Amino acid sequence: MLASTYPSKQKNMTSHNKALSEIERRYVLLTQQGLPIIAQPYHWLANELKVPVTDVLLMTKDLLDRGIIRRIAAVPNHYKLGYRFNGMTVWDIDDNQASKFGDAVGKLPFVSHCYLRPRHLPNWNYNLFAMVHGKSKEEIDLYRQQLNELLKGVLNTCDIKLNLNSNDMLISTKILKKTGLRLKK
Amino acid sequence: MNQALSHDAKQLTTKEIALDQLDKQLLNLLQHGLPVCENPFGDVAEQLNTNETTVLERLNSLLDSKVLSRFGPMFDAACLGGAFTLAALSVPEKRFDEVATIVNAFEQIAHNYQRNNKYNMWFVIGTESADEIDWVIKQIELQTGLPVLNTPKLEEFYVGLYLPV
Repeated sequence: MLASTYPSKQKNMTSHNKALSEIERRYVLLTQQGLPIIAQPYHWLANELKVPVTDVLLMTKDLLDRGIIRRIAAVPNHYKLGYRFNGMTVWDIDDNQASKFGDAVGKLPFVSHCYLRPRHLPNWNYNLFAMVHGKSKEEIDLYRQQLNELLKGVLNTCDIKLNLNSNDMLISTKILKKTGLRLKK
Repeated sequence: MNQALSHDAKQLTTKEIALDQLDKQLLNLLQHGLPVCENPFGDVAEQLNTNETTVLERLNSLLDSKVLSRFGPMFDAACLGGAFTLAALSVPEKRFDEVATIVNAFEQIAHNYQRNNKYNMWFVIGTESADEIDWVIKQIELQTGLPVLNTPKLEEFYVGLYLPV
């Protein structure tokens, strides 16, 4: 077995360090297309990286702690599971309350992504984006209503003169392109 | 019984796939995450009162039938050293296909969706640097003659998709 170098290198790093070391970069390149579904996938990775499996396990936990890996998980195809509807709900909420309410929206189980984004007045007045998924139009309409209930106290009022609403839901009608984001070699 | 169901599943390529109880349990459990240990699928099998071989077979078959689009680490793309933004165009209906072709031709466009709004085309731009984002936006504006709405994330609250079955 090869000697472990990983823990000693890690000591200098803070838990919020997002920069990738050389071996972590190789870890990403090896796994960004997926992990093999075999009894010992981390041993496979250890073999590829030429380090002991204990190092791979430590490295994996550390990448998870630092938020570089969000999860090691199964990613289902929405459509095959019957989730045919996705709605990008957008909200014009009080900037001073945005972080607090964004956090609350992100915690709802039917929200998959939640971000604060810049407004572009007068064309685009929405600052909070929350993506919802469902098996029917009715289901995502219901999620929008639940979000409205949560946010109604901090929604900015409609501007009739500029024809601006306090919220909207943009339903995807067609996938025009879908490729992954990849780290290049 | 189980075999009959998984056989049926293969026939349904465009429709919703028929899944048995174990498939559903695996999908629900593994959307949350795989344990980080030497025999992670053995742990999963134990939790579901089955054996490792069955878990591996089921997962590989879910991947083959494309019920799973991938299995493995989900990286925060921003940590991989690139720059990203979500951007949109308000495209006149008549020009929609032409503009989609122009936008999709950029290798920096990762996803592009048509949506039912005045801003009817929404796409993610992923590049090596922030300057390259500006360059792609300028090129799209030049080639389409339409102004790009650029909405980079200012703060992220949650990213994670859980689709219970």
